[in-house]
Amino acid sequence: MAKIVAVTGNEAVANALRQVNPDVCAAYPITPQTDMMQRFASFVSDGKVDTEIILVESEHSAMSACIGAAAGGGRVVTATSSQGLALMWEMLFIAAGTRLPIVMPVVNRALSSPLNIHGDHSDAMGARDSGWIQLWSENAQEAYDNTIQAFRIAEHMDIRLPVMVCLDGFITSHSIERIEYLEDDEVKNFAGEYQQLYPLLDVDNPKSYGPLILPDLYMEYKRAQHEVMTRVSKFVLDVAADFEKLSGRKYGLFESYRLDDAEIALVILNSAAGTAKDVVDEFRDKGIKAGLLKPRLFRPFPYEEVASALKSAKAICVMDRADSFGGFGPMYMEIASAMMLNGSRPILINKIYGLGGRDFMPEHAQMVISELDEIAKGGKIKTFKEYIGVRE
Amino acid sequence: MKLKGWRELPLGAVVLDAGSAAEFKTGSWRAFRPVWKEENCIQCLFCWMYCPDMAIKVKDGRRGEFDYDYCKGCGICALECPGKKGQKAIVMEEEGK
Repeated sequence: MAKIVAVTGNEAVANALRQVNPDVCAAYPITPQTDMMQRFASFVSDGKVDTEIILVESEHSAMSACIGAAAGGGRVVTATSSQGLALMWEMLFIAAGTRLPIVMPVVNRALSSPLNIHGDHSDAMGARDSGWIQLWSENAQEAYDNTIQAFRIAEHMDIRLPVMVCLDGFITSHSIERIEYLEDDEVKNFAGEYQQLYPLLDVDNPKSYGPLILPDLYMEYKRAQHEVMTRVSKFVLDVAADFEKLSGRKYGLFESYRLDDAEIALVILNSAAGTAKDVVDEFRDKGIKAGLLKPRLFRPFPYEEVASALKSAKAICVMDRADSFGGFGPMYMEIASAMMLNGSRPILINKIYGLGGRDFMPEHAQMVISELDEIAKGGKIKTFKEYIGVRE
Repeated sequence: MKLKGWRELPLGAVVLDAGSAAEFKTGSWRAFRPVWKEENCIQCLFCWMYCPDMAIKVKDGRRGEFDYDYCKGCGICALECPGKKGQKAIVMEEEGK
């Protein structure tokens, strides 16, 4: 039976972690993740979980301790944001390359400089090539649900990869929303007993982690890592199907919103997608065939499925809450690649919005959809990449 | 040795056989080869103590031949060797000569 509560995103995710009851958590506080780990630390000190918590001196150490604990044979979690994720960077690749199923909520926040504590996607987008699976969440409910599903995906014996669960800093992490919690037993059964693979603490079968691999084998390991990523989306869907049976909430690789016959479409991640969906409805009411695609699984990116979902669109705007300076926004590059696969050539424009917690307002979505409508009717393309919601 | 293809590798480059470093013969890295001159050897075992790679075989407290499977030819043994009456018991010779 679901329990309906009013909680913040951080509280919801901390509760998901409590319900899963991991073996080890090594974490370091950073805004806006801090109160998630603070709440989880309270669960530890109050005896609500059996987790061994390791207090470390930096995020580099947090991820290092997680890697050690996961190699040891434990179910391991941590969480971070922004500079913390940036400081973990070196260890992220080691966690993924060593195939350790660590689960890490990332409360998305801008990167310095200039110093800023508010929400944008620069942190997790910067980690996109690290080999981690990335699940993105529109709101606290999705962050809670994705966190629970992340364990099953990460720990699947055919996968064994770390998973980031991304949620927007402050907008999701600190806003109180209506959440449906699953019962503790339901989550415990769903996550299941942790299955170890090559645990270091099995001292009767000694083994070594982290050997030097020279040019004669390195590429074979990377080829195997590429291969496992091609299999992830199937398991993400399997886990989502099981989760739907339990919760009644349906998840896919992405959310298609009024896309079936859409002539113009937005592609937009996380909390801003909620605002944009309302605006899509307004345009639909006016007879304009607008739709929206909200990615959920960003790594591995489901190119073929996304291309198929966007096939009717003549003009698409990819909205990025992060920039690749000197390039297009990171999501734009993925959508452009996807469009090459299905051979369709819609007009594809890129808007950079909401950096450093700048509010994404309905009028921004209205402006973009109006521009797409003009382009779809044969209007001129102003520019392919543009910052919006910015003062001149 | 046939190298493994990507489908045959253990996940995450984990080495599942303990002590398997012994199978990795590093002697091929050697450019200079230490040669033992038994007639000049006083059995002080300095070479055995200083060798960073355990490439000097000792049996019953006496040194024997080099283990050329692992000797990388660093020359530390030859440097430390006191020899006998000014004659070194270990000399370095260029490989392939």
